[in-house]
Amino acid sequence: MIIGETPPPSGAFGVDAIAMTMRFGDFLALDNVELKVRPGSFHALLGENGAGKSTLVKCIMGYYHATEGDIIVGGREQAIANPKDAHALGLGMVYQHFTLVPAMTVAENLVLARDNVPAVVDWSKEMKELEAFLARMPFKVPLSAKVSDISAGERQKCEILKQLYLKRRFLILDEPTSVLTPAEADEVLGMLRDMVVRGELTILMITHKFREVMAFADEVTILRRGKLAGAGKVAELTPDAMARTMIGAEELTVQPPRTGEAGQARLELEKIRALDDAGAIAVHDVSLTVRAGEIVGIAGVSGNGQRQLVEVLAGQREAESGEIRVAGDPYHASREEMRRHKMSLLPEEPLKNACVGGMSVADNIAFREFDRAPFASGGWWLNRSAFRNDARKKIGQYKIKTRTPDTPISALSGGNVQRAVLARELGGDVEVLIAANPCFGLDFAAVAQIHAEIMAARNRGAAVLLVSEDLDELLELSDRLVVMFHGAFVYEARTSEADLTVVGRHMAGH
Amino acid sequence: MADGSIGLWTVPLAVLGGAIRVSTPFLFVSLGECITERSGRINLGLEGTLVMGAMSAYGISYLTGSPWLGVLAAGITGALLGALHAGICSLPRVNDVAVGIALMLFGTGLAFYLGKPLIEPTAPRLPAIDFGWWSDIPQVRAALRVNVLFLIGVALAPILYWAFRTTRWGLLIRTAGESSDAARAMGHSVLLIRLRATMVGGFLAGIGGSFLSLFYPGSWNEGLSSGQGITAVALVIFARWDPLLCLWASLAFGGAAALGPALQSVGVTSGYHLFNAAPYILTLAIMIITCSPKRTLTGAPAELSITR
Repeated sequence: MIIGETPPPSGAFGVDAIAMTMRFGDFLALDNVELKVRPGSFHALLGENGAGKSTLVKCIMGYYHATEGDIIVGGREQAIANPKDAHALGLGMVYQHFTLVPAMTVAENLVLARDNVPAVVDWSKEMKELEAFLARMPFKVPLSAKVSDISAGERQKCEILKQLYLKRRFLILDEPTSVLTPAEADEVLGMLRDMVVRGELTILMITHKFREVMAFADEVTILRRGKLAGAGKVAELTPDAMARTMIGAEELTVQPPRTGEAGQARLELEKIRALDDAGAIAVHDVSLTVRAGEIVGIAGVSGNGQRQLVEVLAGQREAESGEIRVAGDPYHASREEMRRHKMSLLPEEPLKNACVGGMSVADNIAFREFDRAPFASGGWWLNRSAFRNDARKKIGQYKIKTRTPDTPISALSGGNVQRAVLARELGGDVEVLIAANPCFGLDFAAVAQIHAEIMAARNRGAAVLLVSEDLDELLELSDRLVVMFHGAFVYEARTSEADLTVVGRHMAGH
Repeated sequence: MADGSIGLWTVPLAVLGGAIRVSTPFLFVSLGECITERSGRINLGLEGTLVMGAMSAYGISYLTGSPWLGVLAAGITGALLGALHAGICSLPRVNDVAVGIALMLFGTGLAFYLGKPLIEPTAPRLPAIDFGWWSDIPQVRAALRVNVLFLIGVALAPILYWAFRTTRWGLLIRTAGESSDAARAMGHSVLLIRLRATMVGGFLAGIGGSFLSLFYPGSWNEGLSSGQGITAVALVIFARWDPLLCLWASLAFGGAAALGPALQSVGVTSGYHLFNAAPYILTLAIMIITCSPKRTLTGAPAELSITR
């Protein structure tokens, strides 16, 4: 192999991965997978969580060394030992989590990413060069702004610009639009697509959004459980066909139809104000009423105060001012009030916000009721067998995949942690349900089950507040849609009458 | 006034002199810790490094007759202790705070053990520059006898401030401290960056220790450091990880530490021990005023184990 010998100095090139197999101990993450990305094409890599997409691209980027298989870059076989080798060949990757340093400016981040950062940086010269570079680029970012102060959309643009600044000509994008509004996603992907069409760039995009695959990709490769499940030209495929290839034969929970009308006001927020961790106002005097038998969806790009609002409702954060009422009574998120009003909560990142990772599945399922009959006698003597029996029942009912009820919950996959939380929160009667990004990062089967449970809770007369960054999820589930921007509710509509472009515009603050 | 008695003016003068004299170890330790913490690690062992630095500086100065060689030896000792801290912290599942506490005890214990024969002899001290030559008043002259190390420390603060922004090493240290993921994604070794940052931090803390034994108070004994090292670590938090603020904070702490002796010298003897506790009361007061349970510290490196 010849490291350091760079492919032709400009223009797109292709990458093929042939017969890739990757073993982690006993676990077969990739099984004889083949991926062919033609030069100057926009290629989508589809698959559920855990299908092996990330493993495959990490093998290409040199983070992992495949157990077997070859990588061919620009028609030549290459041994890529580490990410530096990949970078030298012109391969670049934009990660799902940001790799920008939040406390630094955009310019600092760009210069820092270079291989040859000078020992003393001449900022006036660098700024001039950066501005000249930006003038040639399709999108703009504020160079002297701190990364922590710019929006998620701008950060994603920065990540992509960084790769272009480093003169990478084969870009791997890992779910690049998960933090963008639909309009921003279209803008960014459209501009990248233009560069692909001009022959400057080849793109391999990991995604699960069929809309983007249909609109921007030329070809698609679909993985399922570490195996190649299908590949082909996007023009010859339908979203349905792709979804079936992704899921395989697995049965999905059928969502019950929406029945019944909204009743009385159940959850009322009045001028709630809350601060973020840095002490700035994150939630700006918001008022909202959720009625029984109604799902109210809160849309918005992440970081617009949704997290703080949910934390206030969950009792994890104190409101600065304002009042919350549940069924007319003042509510301060005490355990007693939650029990009395049958409040349920599905917070985001359930392992962090709703579970104790080191405790067993059975213990975690019993959290709400653990010191009452039948789990405890006299409020202090715990009856372990009652814990286990209840857990066994719920494990079956909610299809939680765990070896035993005594397994620590942190050993479960994301979908099964969320199922366990679902079992705890929705196992009994529910009058108010607050859910925040309940399906983030979960596979189709878990998503279908969670959506069905939320809809069923609504049909049984619960007032549901659903906070989500996934607009499709909100459009599917909610009766009413509210858009949150910069800590305030800026738009409200019945979901059946909501216009997607108007919603997207409000999400972006226009 | 001609007899040198300047009455109550003694107090502010002594506080000023204290701010200059007592602040130097605070300044060096806090600048060193600032570098280490900006790289994403806390080294609580700097108290031990300070005392080891004081001991080795005194010993080398005594043996070679050159106080400056003593300063260098203190720096090298500090860097080695820093390397030990960073080395242990590089192992998986090791907590830097716990290692720091262990090294604090290790450093002081080792210094007392090795320094036993140094309590009796007198080593050559560091020279001072007399900035008070223009005055007839002895208190003014005493207050303005400034050590070169203090001047180096004062110069170092803006240099560090500049270096964090405009040098490759400054940017890399900040990257490692703010987002180790980002540093790794760029192909840098976070452990190596932190090793170097901790060694430089130890080097500066060691020099701070040499000031204690070679200038003020200027002897070696076991009561030499009364927690200056650990106070300086807290001072970095108070200074929001900014080298320039470290300088001002060190001066404030130095002045506060001189308050007790100064008041005693003008005859205020009641509450002497209370005034001696001024730096610690100041620490507590500042922490209470500037911290809140509802918000995180601004400016804190995101990778620090206390903020994560």
